Amino acid sequence: MLEIRNLHAKAGDKSILRGVNLKVCAGEVHAIMGPNGSGKSTLAQVIAGRDLYEVTEGEVLFEGKNLLELSPEERAREGIFLAFQYPVEIPGVSNLYFLRTALNAVRKHRGLEELDVVDFMELVKQRVKLLGMNEALLERPVNEGFSGGEKKRNEILQMAVLEPRLAILDETDSGLDIDALKAVAAGINAMRSPERAIVVVTHYQRLLEYVEPDFVHVMAEGRIVRSGDKELARELERQGYSWLEEEEALAGESRT
Amino acid sequence: MATGIQEIQAWTEQEYKYGFETPIETEALPPGLNEDVIREISRRKREPEFLLEWRLKAYRHWLTMEEPRWANVKYPPIDYQSIVYFAAPKGWKKGPKSLDEIDPELLRTYQKLGIPLDEQERLAGVAVDAVFDSVSVATTLQEQLSKLGIIFCSFSEAAEKYPELVERYLGSVVPYTDNFFAALNSAVFSDGSFCYVPKGVRCPVELSTYFRINARNTGQFERTLIIADEGAYVSYLEGCTAPIRDSNQLHAAVVELVAHDYATIKYSTVQNWYPGDRQGRGGIYNFVTKRGKCLGKYSKISWTQLETGSAITWKYPSCLLIGEGSVGEFYSVAVTNNYQQADTGTKMIHIGRNTRSTIVSKGISAGHGQNSYRGMVKILKSAEGARNFSQCDSMLLGNQCGAHTFPYLEVKNPTARVEHEASVSRIGEEQIFYCRQRGLSTEDAVSMIVSGFTRQVLQELPMEFAVEAQRLLSVSLEGSVG
Repeated sequence: MLEIRNLHAKAGDKSILRGVNLKVCAGEVHAIMGPNGSGKSTLAQVIAGRDLYEVTEGEVLFEGKNLLELSPEERAREGIFLAFQYPVEIPGVSNLYFLRTALNAVRKHRGLEELDVVDFMELVKQRVKLLGMNEALLERPVNEGFSGGEKKRNEILQMAVLEPRLAILDETDSGLDIDALKAVAAGINAMRSPERAIVVVTHYQRLLEYVEPDFVHVMAEGRIVRSGDKELARELERQGYSWLEEEEALAGESRT
Repeated sequence: MATGIQEIQAWTEQEYKYGFETPIETEALPPGLNEDVIREISRRKREPEFLLEWRLKAYRHWLTMEEPRWANVKYPPIDYQSIVYFAAPKGWKKGPKSLDEIDPELLRTYQKLGIPLDEQERLAGVAVDAVFDSVSVATTLQEQLSKLGIIFCSFSEAAEKYPELVERYLGSVVPYTDNFFAALNSAVFSDGSFCYVPKGVRCPVELSTYFRINARNTGQFERTLIIADEGAYVSYLEGCTAPIRDSNQLHAAVVELVAHDYATIKYSTVQNWYPGDRQGRGGIYNFVTKRGKCLGKYSKISWTQLETGSAITWKYPSCLLIGEGSVGEFYSVAVTNNYQQADTGTKMIHIGRNTRSTIVSKGISAGHGQNSYRGMVKILKSAEGARNFSQCDSMLLGNQCGAHTFPYLEVKNPTARVEHEASVSRIGEEQIFYCRQRGLSTEDAVSMIVSGFTRQVLQELPMEFAVEAQRLLSVSLEGSVG
């Protein structure tokens, strides 16, 4: 579904991604871990099309299409969803209106009829129930005055409504207490399906206790330096990232 | 980096939709201003003697005044002798007329502007006074309103038919000595609307005036006077447009509102004068004095404005809160795009006890637009228990535009409570990316973000116009992104 080959990207003069290779197939859940500054959030943003970053080398294919040629909204309509690490507030715009506009933009692209308010409400209420969210959040402006946990849950709600093919969750677990974490995890698990791929970007192994990944990748210095199964995540939890960074540093030296 | 910023900058490439010219013969006075011109205007309008005297006094006072330069706007000096002070469609005759007496070209003009004057096509629940250049060409629903004792007519008609009301109230809120443009207007004003709602009557429809400048090199100087007697209620809306021209045209209006005991006046403006082109050529200079007097106890005057047009806007719809417990409100959205400049805000003068005022101002700047909020809250010694809340928010689209806030506060009574909140936000590249990541185009994202930003104000507009306002807002910003 998603294939990343030798991806390099920079922000301004600073090179951040330095040759990422990754293949994600439908039905799989991947976790991307790594220390702060390793490039994992940048990778998520580059896939979504954030233009703060310039891709200098490599390619990203989604369902065989060259993703790098598409605008962020085209990527979204093709079925790529990014749950933001810091969800953005949009004062004065109700969550409900925002979601419906987004869903209809995606549906239109897929040749489906736009949903009217009644059908849309039915869909949203069902998803809200599934996620154990407070319905009152729907009427409030997008993310405005939401607690950290509410914002993250709202991202999951958007994902549940938009039903993407590929969902990338950028540090969706950060700043959550255990109840919120469980709720978010339950929401992610409910989205697992043979047609959908999920990429979880996280610093900690905590979320992976509840969302079991098929593959775990570790990023350091803008590259994926290690891939494995969920055991790798546990190892990282025990040993931290420093041993990996040392290995990477050595490998880097031998390369030069 | 950021196409975000480029996109935001470029979002304005939209033609002004109302820029057409009506091919109609005009009878106009030659350009220039002197006492003879004023006498001629007054004569053509068959005005009572007191009005001519008042005009001449205003003119003589104006000659002693200097054009104000304190506003945060820049423009070359105006040559007042090159302006035409009176222009009317040929054959125009004063007074009410049936639709078949009106030049079909004029009817077509209003049709095109979306203001059908025709009985069958009229907006339901709205009475319209149509002012074209210097004269009112039609007023609808007059008969129905007169059954309730409501007077709604052109100012000229009022001066002839209800001189005692005009004499009593004209200049009672904005005296001709008030400021340079008000003095000029008092000397040369040509038409406008007059409305009187009698005691205890709630006006059942929206009253509205649609101002259209058509003739070249002509200034429009209209005068509006609205009086709500004890316990009366009226909601009034004005709209304005003008053809595209590469020279600037002056519009200097005066609006006076008077609310007696327990009366409410709601005054809404959708101002869409020609704003000039993308290089800043042409456009209307909109120098307007609007003021309401809450004369009676528990009276209320509420101003709502959506200012998207004009090359320069200079206006401060204000309230004199005299009656005990009277309420003043000001809700404003001002948009400046390309090279537009706006210096707008309000004055709330608290005089009576327990008077209250609310100010909500939303400024949006795009392109090279400069947007200033200038507001004064003055609480006099007599205003025991007065309260004011002000909120001024600015939004910047792009990085070549400017937002400025000049709040003035003067409190002479220690029991008063005054709150002021202000914010400036740059429409975030992050906000736009967030929306786009959810599948919205950049334009839809900006229009959604802007509509969220202005919602608090636009919801104050009468329902009949809220949708139009929303549309106008996105059109005025179209092209400033993308």
